[in-house]
Amino acid sequence: MTKTSFVVANLFRKRTRTILTLLSVIMAFLLFGLLQSVNTVFNAGADFVGATRLMVQARVSFTSPLPISMVPKLESMPGVTRVAYQQWFGGVWQENTPLIMFSTDPGRYHDVYPEYVMADAQWQTFARTRTGMIAGKQLAEQYGWKIGQKIPIASNIYPQKNGSKAWAFDLVGIFDGKDEDWKKRTNLAYIQQDYFDEANQFGVKGRANFFVLKLADGANAEAISHSIDAMFENSPDETKTQTEKDFNISFVKQVGDIGLIVRWILFAVFFTLLLVVGNTMAQSVRERIPELAVLKTLGFTDGSVLGFVLAEAFALCLFGGLIGLVLASISSALVSKGTGGQFQLTLDGSVWLIGIVAIVLMSLAVGLLPALRARRLRIVDALAGR
Amino acid sequence: MLRQALAITGIGIRSIPERWAPSLVIVIGLAGVVAVFTALLAMAAGFESTLRATGRSDAALILRGGSDAELNSAFDRESTDLIREEPGILKGSDGKPLASAELMVIAELVRKDDVKNGANITVRGVEPPAFALRPHLKMVAGRNFTPGLREMIVGRGVLQQFQGANLGQVVRMRGSEWTVVGAFESHDAHDSELWCDVEVARTTFGRRGSSSVLAALDGPEGFARLKSAVAADPRLTMDVMREQDYFSGQTKQFRKTIGFLAGVVTIIMALGAVFAALNSMYAAVAARGKEIATLRAIGFGGLPVVVSVMIEALLLALAGGLLGALIAYALFNNFAVSTLGQNFTQVVFDFKVTPELVIRGLVIAVVIGMVGGLLPALRAARLPITVSLREQ
Repeated sequence: MTKTSFVVANLFRKRTRTILTLLSVIMAFLLFGLLQSVNTVFNAGADFVGATRLMVQARVSFTSPLPISMVPKLESMPGVTRVAYQQWFGGVWQENTPLIMFSTDPGRYHDVYPEYVMADAQWQTFARTRTGMIAGKQLAEQYGWKIGQKIPIASNIYPQKNGSKAWAFDLVGIFDGKDEDWKKRTNLAYIQQDYFDEANQFGVKGRANFFVLKLADGANAEAISHSIDAMFENSPDETKTQTEKDFNISFVKQVGDIGLIVRWILFAVFFTLLLVVGNTMAQSVRERIPELAVLKTLGFTDGSVLGFVLAEAFALCLFGGLIGLVLASISSALVSKGTGGQFQLTLDGSVWLIGIVAIVLMSLAVGLLPALRARRLRIVDALAGR
Repeated sequence: MLRQALAITGIGIRSIPERWAPSLVIVIGLAGVVAVFTALLAMAAGFESTLRATGRSDAALILRGGSDAELNSAFDRESTDLIREEPGILKGSDGKPLASAELMVIAELVRKDDVKNGANITVRGVEPPAFALRPHLKMVAGRNFTPGLREMIVGRGVLQQFQGANLGQVVRMRGSEWTVVGAFESHDAHDSELWCDVEVARTTFGRRGSSSVLAALDGPEGFARLKSAVAADPRLTMDVMREQDYFSGQTKQFRKTIGFLAGVVTIIMALGAVFAALNSMYAAVAARGKEIATLRAIGFGGLPVVVSVMIEALLLALAGGLLGALIAYALFNNFAVSTLGQNFTQVVFDFKVTPELVIRGLVIAVVIGMVGGLLPALRAARLPITVSLREQ
């Protein structure tokens, strides 16, 4: 009998107990995996934004648009190579599904966001077609939009000149992301700024919620932000300039501290789990005291007896943890599918890494005390049942 | 039968201290489930009660047609004045319609525990009747703003959660400076707002009209009269709704999200707790194997044994549930947080651990206790007496 099979055999001497404990561990790690991936979804916007871009918004709030006439000023800043802008449209699909939808200048947008991939012909058509619209792949797939279709979309803000809030746009292109991270961010759509300016009833013209600034390689983002904000200080259009990453972080923080909620839940889960598995381990060592003494009599060192017990704890946590994480991966994939990609849950490497660390820490926490007890056993006392 | 069950239960409970570790597992395990469940739903309950409290049923909110939220709504001065003259609106003591045309703009403030990330805060320009329309709103510090001046009053929630808008501080918005001269408390969504004079807001922010009109209704028929009058007026395209309905409608999405989260988390945690409870009760039954066998040998029936094990499991579960509810209450009741509301601005609210939630938590605990106790109880009753007695 090898040492490994000895450990496994010991684990299954009380089959019900081991299986029940294992199931508890599985549940805990399933929850851990799911909650961590929810947490990453909310913090996602931040990490993958590779290019250095700055977001300029009105200092008072990005909900009050700035005049597009600021573009030449922004573009003349040293270090800024190109400026795009976006105006929130308030798009609503069918009954009441809000869409992430902006009006923009097609050419500028294409220049500033090379991460979005679409055939050149489609970019050109978008630039040419006044009522044109391009949609991200996710969005188009979710609602079954095809290029060439006229897509009816309402706005909960802007009526057209005729007073109707029901707009319609020609879908002229579908863009995708250049890599996995950007593919996940294709749940939005764009229409032409010129058409929007002309067709909306309010005469909202030439305004944008955000300017997106593409910077030259090696440009000092921080210095440029400061000089932009200084340039517009005390004007009616005061600005607040952030890197794209900071912008995304603060946007998510508006929703609330999701991380805090997740941490509290996981604290409760793991605290409970510690007790459950710890109790199982303690019990199993207590029952086996005479056996452990026999092992020692046979010549196993104190250290190897300690090793046996720790290995059992580790095996329990490892199997449970891995199964739980795999289940979490499967269910998060199901969630992503079920929501048509709108809510992308994935267990990325970082979740697995934290999971493995949790498994190791957990096995130490629950195994160490019983293991030390087993190590300390004096053969005479143990055999005598003292 | 009952006497037998009680007798065995008594013995069982008295012996819990001797096997405290597995019993503790049940208690703590269920405390965890119930605490998380209660705390999550207390968040939803708090959000809901804050928004519910905001709306009156005897006041109507008028927005531009199809806007859903005040933020999206805007209409001109003429429409504002037309609305005010529509029938169905209560007249104030001065004989004028008791209605407040309001302009909503958004400012960014930074959370107290943050350094740079701004959060959207509602700035509400109001007319004098706004205060009569919200009688529960009370000044708690300083004074009200003076009409015509760039002065603001700040809600309690904003004071609590955000920096930069304390009494005496100056809030800068689009090159204009506003002094915070007072603080108010309304125990509803307005606690998360800054208020100022609507005229000053219009001139400062270059807006001509209003975002909404809030009007007191003239009697029970007032709403229907106002609604049909506005609908019939060709010069207006407005949505008229009861203020209460407007605010209650906003809680739906939040309740759905939190309810879903709480559901998934509770189910998974509850499964884990069931396994743990099963484990513990199997251990308890095993530890008492000889004792139970002896009892049955001297004539106690199988059913009383089942009942007694179940009762023990239920009592432990109930203790765990109560502990969990207590933890949730101690840590989270009146814990203030804020999230994005319908207007894309922050709504500050307190967690509310309500009696109803505690009861629901306890029900969950009891169900888990029952499931966790049943199988071990059956095993205890079925084990052949001779086998148990012979065991070491």
